[in-house]
Parts: sequence; C-alpha cells; structure tokens
Amino acid sequence: MVAKPVEQIDHVVVRFAGDSGDGMQLTGDRFSSETALLGNDLATFPDFPAEIRAPAGSLPGVSGFQVHFADHDILTPGDRPGVLVAMNPAALKANLADVPAGGTLIVNTDAFNERNLQKAGYGTNPLADGSLESYHVHEVALTSMTVEALKGIEGITSREAERSKNFFALGLMSWLYHRPVEGTLDFIATKFAKRPEIAEANQRAFKAGYNYGETSEDFAVSYEVAPAKLAPGTYRQITGNSALSYGLIAASKLSGLPLFLGAYPITPASSILEELARFKHFGVVTFQAEDEIAAAGAALGAAFGGALGVTTSAGPGVVLKSETIGLGVALELPLLVLDIQRAGPSTGMPTKPEQADLLMVLFGRNSESPVPVIAASTPSQCFHAAIEAARIALKYRTPVYLLSDAYLANGSEPWLVPDVSTLPSIAVDFATGPNEGDEFLPYKRDPETLARPWAIPGTPGLEHRIGGLEKADVTGNVSYDPDNHDLMVRLRAQKIAGIATDIPLLEVDDPDGEATTLVLGWGSTYGPIGAAVRRVRRAGHKVARAHLHYLNPFPRNTGEVLRRYDRVLVPEMNLGQLSLLLRAEFLVDAIGYNKVRGRPFPSSELADAITALVER
Amino acid sequence: MSDGNGHGNGGLAQLTAKDFKSDQEVRWCPGCGDYAILNAMQSFMPELGIAKEKIVFVSGIGCAARFPYYMETYGMHSIHGRAPAIATGLATSRQDLSVWVVTGDGDALSIGGNHLIHALRRNVNLKILLFNNRIYGLTKGQYSPTSERGKVTKSTPFGSVDQPFNPLSVAIGAEATFVARAIDTDKKELIDVLRMAAAHRGAAFVEILQNCNIYNDGAWDSVRENKGNRLYLRAGESVVWGDRGVRIGADGSAEIVPAGAEGLLIHDPGHTEPSVAFALSRLTFETVGAVPMGVFRDVVRPVYDDGIAEQIRDAKASRGEGDLQALLLSGDTWTVD
Repeated sequence: MVAKPVEQIDHVVVRFAGDSGDGMQLTGDRFSSETALLGNDLATFPDFPAEIRAPAGSLPGVSGFQVHFADHDILTPGDRPGVLVAMNPAALKANLADVPAGGTLIVNTDAFNERNLQKAGYGTNPLADGSLESYHVHEVALTSMTVEALKGIEGITSREAERSKNFFALGLMSWLYHRPVEGTLDFIATKFAKRPEIAEANQRAFKAGYNYGETSEDFAVSYEVAPAKLAPGTYRQITGNSALSYGLIAASKLSGLPLFLGAYPITPASSILEELARFKHFGVVTFQAEDEIAAAGAALGAAFGGALGVTTSAGPGVVLKSETIGLGVALELPLLVLDIQRAGPSTGMPTKPEQADLLMVLFGRNSESPVPVIAASTPSQCFHAAIEAARIALKYRTPVYLLSDAYLANGSEPWLVPDVSTLPSIAVDFATGPNEGDEFLPYKRDPETLARPWAIPGTPGLEHRIGGLEKADVTGNVSYDPDNHDLMVRLRAQKIAGIATDIPLLEVDDPDGEATTLVLGWGSTYGPIGAAVRRVRRAGHKVARAHLHYLNPFPRNTGEVLRRYDRVLVPEMNLGQLSLLLRAEFLVDAIGYNKVRGRPFPSSELADAITALVER
Repeated sequence: MSDGNGHGNGGLAQLTAKDFKSDQEVRWCPGCGDYAILNAMQSFMPELGIAKEKIVFVSGIGCAARFPYYMETYGMHSIHGRAPAIATGLATSRQDLSVWVVTGDGDALSIGGNHLIHALRRNVNLKILLFNNRIYGLTKGQYSPTSERGKVTKSTPFGSVDQPFNPLSVAIGAEATFVARAIDTDKKELIDVLRMAAAHRGAAFVEILQNCNIYNDGAWDSVRENKGNRLYLRAGESVVWGDRGVRIGADGSAEIVPAGAEGLLIHDPGHTEPSVAFALSRLTFETVGAVPMGVFRDVVRPVYDDGIAEQIRDAKASRGEGDLQALLLSGDTWTVD
C-alpha cells in the first residue's frame, strides 16, 4: 500500500458532538490527553447540557467537546471548529452553524435514519440534499463498522457493541492527526478492568477506527501538528476544578493547617468536592453537608478550631452562604469561599459559564461587610489563585471569595507543574498566650495587618467568646456603643483595603508603550481577550491589555493604569459589573463589551470590538 | 488527651463552678429559667474533669443563645439555627474537644430544623441542649414551633393553627442515639441528664423545659409546680408514676394502666429499636397528665467524626502521608527540554 501523504498544519480546532449518552466528553478528554502527550499546546471546552440523558437524538441532548491544539502557544479552545465529528443528525444540526465553510464534517451515517432526522428537525437528509456542499464531508458508517469489528467478543450485548462507536471515532481522529495511541489503549484497559470484555471491545473499536483511516480511500491525507515550543519543564493537562483542588491541598501543606471542605453538590462546583474526597491521605476532611448553609457553617466552625476552612459552590448556593460569610466578617476568622460561576439568575443554565456574581460577592451581604475577592483567569492559574486566596484569608483572618466559572472549571490546558519547593510559605501563628499583660484580648489587632489574634480552642488561658453581635474594639466583648460600632465598621473596612499593599501591581501588556486603548478584563476572559489582542496587533493596531486577578481590593496602581489610556474597554460575560465598579471608584469612562450567552467570548468577535474602538 | 466527652485529664487541678463563670454580666430577664440552667451547667462542668480550654459552647440566636458568653470556656454565638452545622465542622475537625450546642425551640426546630436532624442522624459528637419555652422570647413573644395549637400571641391574635413539634419525637425520628428531657428547676435531675449526655459518645439531644416568665409564663407549670406529674424514666425499672404505669399496647403506642397491672414497661434506653422510646415521647401532660423525664434513649452507633478520622488514618497508613509534588505530577505528564 502506498503511504498516504501527510500535511503539516500549525493548529486545528476539533469538536466532537453527539448524544449526552454517546461518550463525547470521554472521547474529547482522551483525544486531548493524546494531544497533550504529543506536546502540542491545547485548550479544551466541554459544552454539555445539564440533563444527564436528555431524550436520545434530540437537539437539547447534544453534548460537545471542543479541543484546539497547535504548534505554538494558544489561549482559547478556538472560536469555530475546523473539524466537526457528528455522531447523529441532532449533533450536526446543533453545531453546523459554528463550522466555517470549507470545514470538515465527519458524520456517522448509521444514525441518519428517518427517525433521528425527524427528531433533529430535518425535513430532508442533509447528507443527500446538497445542503452540505460547502463542507468536506466524510460519511462514515461508524456504528455498523464498530459492531462488525467487535464480532466474536464473548459477553457483550449488541447495545454495548454499539456504544463502543465513540472509540471508533476516537481511533479515526487519532489516525487523522497522528496522535499517540498507547495512552488510550492503557486508559481503556484500566478504566474497564472490571469488565475485560468491554475493555477489549473498546480497544478493538479504537484500533478499527484507526485502521479505517489508514485504509479508507475517503481519507486521502492525514495531518501533523508539531509539538509547541513551550517553556522547559514537566507538564500535565489540568482542568480548572482539579487545579483548584490541588491548590487547596497545597495551601493546606504550605500553611500547615488541615484542610476542611464543607460542600453541597452543585454544578459546576461538585467536582472539587469529589476530587478532594479522594485525598484523605493528605488529611483532607470533606463534609458533604445537608445544605449550602451548613456547608459554609461547618467550614467556619472548622476554621474556629484552626483548620483551613473552605466551602465551594456556584451562584445559587453562594447566595445561601451569605449570612455565614457575614458572620465570618464579624468573627474575623479565615474562610475560603469558592464560587464557580454559572449562568443565572436562579437555576439559570447550570453548565454554562457567566461572570455575573461579581457584585453579589462584593456586596451581597447585610451591612458594611467587606470581603476580599480574587478571580482565577485560566484553568491552570486556578492552582495559584487557590493558594493566594488562602494566604490572604489566613493572614488577614477574613473570608475570601475566589471566583472561577464553568468555562475554567471544565476546560483544560497544559500546565507546567511547579516545583513545590518554590511555592510560598503561608504559615500561620496561632495565639499561644496573653497579649496584654496577663490578659488575652481577642480583638487586639496586629498594627500592620489589622488582623486579630487567632486563638484556637485547646489553648490554655485564652478561653474567649466570639459572636455575631458587635464587639468592643480590643476586648471583643459585646458592645452597643455608637462610637465603637463606627470604629469597628471602619477597622474592618481598613483591614481589607490595606491588603492592596500586599498584592502585586496590575501589569500592563503594551509592547511599545504607544497604545491609547486599554482592554481590561477579569476572570476567564483572560484567554479570549489575549487571543483577540493578538489578532488586533497582527492587523497592525496598537492596543494595551491588563487583567485583574484581584477585584477587592484592586491593585493599588489600578487608577493610574486606567488614566493612562484614552479609552478603556471592559469585556465581561455580564451586563457591566466591573465597568460599574471602575466608574464608581476611579471616575473612568469604562466602555463595556457585554455578552451573556453562557458561552466564552469568541476571540474574533472581541477583536472586532477592539478594532472598532482603536480605529475610532 | 480527652476523648471529647469529658473523660481523662485526671491530672488537672480540681476546678469549681466559679472557674466556669465568665466576667460578662448575665443579661437574661430576672426570673428567667435560663439562670437555673446556667447555674446547673457551671456546677456540673468541674465534674467532667476536662480542662476549660477543651470545652466549646456554640449557639445560634435567641435568648438561650447568649449562654456561651457566660461560660468561661471557648464559645461562639453564631447564626440563627446554624449552631449544629458550625459545631459539626468544629467537632469533626477537632476530636479532642468537648463541643456543646445551646439552642432554643425556634432556633433548633424552626429556622435550624434541617441542621438539627442531620447532626443527629450523622451522630456527630455534640451535646445539644434545647431550651424549650414554647415561645419566641428575644423577638418579644411570637408563637414558636413548640407552641400549642390555639396559642394566642402577638403574631397569632386569633390563635395558632399550627401543629407543634414534639422535640423528642423529632429527635428520635431523626435517628438520634441519645435523647433525654429535664426541667430547669430540678438541678439534680438536670445534672444527672447532663452527666449521661456528656458520657455518650455521639450526638446527645437534651430537651430542657424552661420557663419564659415574660412572654410565656407558666408554660410548664403542670410539671414545674406539680412534681407528681413528672414521670421519671429509670433504666431497668418499671415505668410508673403515682398509681399509674405504662404498658406498650398492641399497636405499639404507650397506654396508661394502673401501676399494679401486668406487663408494665421496663425502661430500657439501650434498646436499639427506637419505637418504644418514640412511644414514650408521645406522652404529654395534655394527653395523659404526665411528662416523662430522664433518658429516653441511649444507644451505641458509629460516630461521624470517628468515621472521618478513621478514613484519614487508614488512607495515611495504606498510602503514606500525602506527597504534594507527587500529587501534582500524577496522571499523564510530559517533559519539554
């Protein structure tokens, strides 16, 4: 057989799409792992419905997984897939609009029967009616070829044989892009170890797909994407929620405090609870509470006892924790609150990202109740964000909000694994004795940080009572004195504001210092904004960018940075929450770019918005 | 090291009730039943033989919730209804502590009902004292979830139409392993119950009948004033008071029979099956003219915090103490030169 030609390309965006039960997330995940091991830079975007098994073949049931990989560093999972693998008509219909003309469609023809076409709302078969003319269409009988390949395996039902078709598709894609296959074969063997016949079926389907690519005349060319030139070191792939989990474990090690997580299952935060529950040998206690309130309360109770108390949730759960966070503000105890934002209000769209909880976490408590807020920017950056949030909580004895979202939570990217010896110590000194003569005064503050002493139960001689009633300055006794209350309100505010001196300055990326427009973002828009800015610069424009990781307090040079530019564009997946804050605090005419679609910004769209402003 | 139940620490200098009095002025209304409970608790605490710093009182909101301020131990006055949740986090992460929750009928059974039942069914090592005065006192006299039907209060001028909770029935239904009742004015019996609650490893639930002399004075006079209406439950003894006794009927409920009748119930708080304890909890002054007091139920069941600690111990034993660098490098990795 004559070897098929191989074409070198610098990047590609692939989307796998099928029914929620088709195993698309697993397929995409494995394809990404193969890609990571090959050394490409990559970014992934799993996009799935909240329903576990929506009606088969229906449009709402379509689950997708997009992966962008390249021979250079990339910032996003890509706006539009160059290649779409569609396991059924609904998957084709739901995703086709995203595929640019000239794109490649790999379609499972076995699923294009009348019933499925009807369920997807197709009047005629798109494979036959000419509507796909502007695409390269590969019609592959994925299901029947899978079933054929699995003939003779004892102990699997015909349904189980059909279910292996995702591995056939994965095999085909692995051939098409020269992905290493050993990792997937090992993965299948391990994952299905309890049912060796299923393992064999999946491995055989995977190999059959790979071989089909090699032999079928339908695929004339295969593609290579060379490894990216990334900084030297050891890499792994990581999702945002895993990085948060590891960051919390690291914070526990670095502080020397046991990690206590109080959580109630909620999308898209649950995987942090599940991940941390595996690491009992790190001394991690995971408490699946009866509700969100108890989850936060237990974490605060553990913090009173000297643990690193953490509670995780998404918006609808975080609102329930507000009262506990307010108590944490009054008690001045460390508490980490992770809000993995999702589209709202109310239940909203549980699996879709949004950035609309910012004002809630800043202001969603009764009275003057300041809380530091940190936002993670990429999946791997979640690791450092968790350590930093813990550092601030422990040092300043305060609840701290850490914001992520569904895009970071489930998306993955290569991560240069840090050498743990380079991570900062965040050790804490508990109070061990009297701090005023032979007396212990629980609200006598450190003059520098304004933090109060943390005296944990079990420490002889420091018995004291704390609570939500206003406390007298220094002694911590209950006080209704008007001037004392005014003083305490101000002290609590000053303590949080003072953290500005203890965080990095806002860095500006403005290569030749001549830009007059600044793009300022926060949170998960980091990648899309970065990719958009690159496009704009490639087109010859000058634009500066900066990204806020600290939303309260802001870095102390924020106002100065904003005033340096004629125009400030603030893209947000909300209706302008950061813009509101910037306008209020710095009297800057921030221009919002706001889309609230439950999807990350396409960088092309952001690039257009930036260009329009730069050219104005 | 104590086991979190007030045992051990024998080398400690003998403490007295005075050692457990904080320097804070007690601010309950004069004549409030809470004074007697505080006094009983401070008298009882030295008997625990546990260092003050190992004891923590956690409360929610309400009159009873001021309790921690008056105890010279560690303490937290927290949020309405949430004390069991907060205390669960503390007790689970600090098994060396003796953690007490002080709550009221509104705090425990209304706004905090969910946390109460879950702390009980998990069997967290907490001692939960519910001061039941059948009224909202701190908010000045609205009816509570234990107020009797028809109760006229500021918020129910035409009488309450709510069916009240029976706190002990709720606790037993929530799989509590220790359930008892005492009354504020009977210091000896109260301390006996507290002693048994302290000795119970796991969640101990104690309802303390308490008089609010401002907003619901006399709520418990039927047993407070008339001691003959108290039915003291004694392990191993027949359940009798005066000339009457209790027998378990064919339908499983407690029936009242003459004290000399055959087949009288012999009280066994250690009986695993909760139905008899539940039947006893249904006896009220309104239905039978007596209120059972003492320990209804005291059974051994795995304790939540022990289970958590054991899993951590086992994981460390089998996998070794967690290695952070190894964790970060777990899974598929690749190296760029």
